[in-house]
Amino acid sequence: MLYIKCPYCGLRAQKEFSYGGDATVKRPNINEEVSSEDWDNFVYMRKSPRGKHIELWQHIAGCRQWIKVQRDTATHEIFQTAKVTEEIR
Amino acid sequence: MHKYSVFSLIKNAFSNHQNWEVAWKDPTPKSEYDVVIIGGGGHGLATAYYLAKEHNIRNVAIIEKGWIGGGNVGRNTTIIRSNFMYDANARFNEFGMDLWRNLSQELNFNVMFSPRGIINLAHSDAQMNAYARRGNSMRLNGIDAKLLDRDEVKKLIPMADFSDEVRFPIFGGLMQPSAGTARHDAVAWGYARQADDMGVDIIQHCEVTGFDVVNGKIKGIRTSRGDIKAKKVGLCVAGSTNILAEKLNMTLPIETHVLQACVSEPVKPLLDGVVTFGAGHFYISQSDKGEMVMGGDLDGYNSYAQRGNLPTIQHVLTGGLALFPFLSRLKMLRTWGGIMDMSMDGSPIIDKTHIEGLYLNCGWCYGGFKSTPVSGWTFAHTIAQDQVHELNSELRLNRFSTGHLLDEKGLGTKTWIG
Repeated sequence: MLYIKCPYCGLRAQKEFSYGGDATVKRPNINEEVSSEDWDNFVYMRKSPRGKHIELWQHIAGCRQWIKVQRDTATHEIFQTAKVTEEIR
Repeated sequence: MHKYSVFSLIKNAFSNHQNWEVAWKDPTPKSEYDVVIIGGGGHGLATAYYLAKEHNIRNVAIIEKGWIGGGNVGRNTTIIRSNFMYDANARFNEFGMDLWRNLSQELNFNVMFSPRGIINLAHSDAQMNAYARRGNSMRLNGIDAKLLDRDEVKKLIPMADFSDEVRFPIFGGLMQPSAGTARHDAVAWGYARQADDMGVDIIQHCEVTGFDVVNGKIKGIRTSRGDIKAKKVGLCVAGSTNILAEKLNMTLPIETHVLQACVSEPVKPLLDGVVTFGAGHFYISQSDKGEMVMGGDLDGYNSYAQRGNLPTIQHVLTGGLALFPFLSRLKMLRTWGGIMDMSMDGSPIIDKTHIEGLYLNCGWCYGGFKSTPVSGWTFAHTIAQDQVHELNSELRLNRFSTGHLLDEKGLGTKTWIG
């Protein structure tokens, strides 16, 4: 079981959360011309690194907020969590 | 190489089985090969075998970081099927079924292919309709499919919960009678032994650390055991695809996730074929040793750990218990995990890349094992002829940008959601 520190609720069990994938992917700007390649990169292409990964989780059985989590994909160690509006460095 | 037969078995019994010749050698890497296959799993070994056998390319090396058969080919739940709806997937996997049927004879190695059928259970009228549609599509592609009603299912799996109190009653199911299971390790060993016999170098405990690409053309690879020149390089590394892609400055429509499986203690013969639960993600079969082999969902977050987390096993087995209450009386023998190359539409990629001489085989999601022979066969063709075969002509890398997705399960881009 992972234990994830929700920035709003504190340390909670993984079962309260649902996963949202890579948080570093940026959607192309709305109302601007988007090339097929940029759209392709946004929708489908993922780095999926082995090691530190910044990802989205939703505290679905808690405050229902989306949060950012920095986690090691090989050891599952969680280094840092933040509100979705905050940056993780 | 000596042929395995009942006579060789008797002959070796006289020397207490101490004098069997080694099944494959342990060569030192040469400085140059015509083709280097990275990844000594089922798909890599099959690719090397078909390169030698079908295309007479024998100056081939398989580079494996660990040991052959130590990855997903030894970690799967051994299910073999071709019950796909889309033409491209159906054709591809039915060609694979033909390879499976003759594999033990072809490899002179008993892969214990046992076509006892697979039943996908339905728990609503809508699901029955969907299965009728899928079954019809399968039959149009020459694949056997039978739509079973509740009574027919009950005859085949009487131990399932057919009582009135269940949350998801069994309405019926779709059966592919020719589907089945095989001994997964034997598949890896059989391909390795024959490939080695035809001159393929199987190099284990050799990690790829980089690639030598000059002017958009592959020249060779760098490994923990020195540089190796190669005219062509094929990637067959499943869950490690993204790690190698990063070394090539490539980004792929792949995420790496961990998938768990488990077996119970062995019990007497109980379950004939493979059964999948239609109201949750759970599948089960019984091994020849008597263990109940079970699997289900991914853990659900990016992972390179070849081990999983307890909540997922609990979730999967909750579905299992809803279907087969007798499971509650069994002890669990072991659980394990393998890392999956989850593609964004749930279908694999077997293709050339923008780098000349570099070929890609990845995106196998939940179902790499069943495609081992056909994946090797088509990948060998793609490498040898430098063009895709008709069978993998829709398993291209560019289908994501052109919109020609093969989203068999309709899961969109989040195939890691259960």
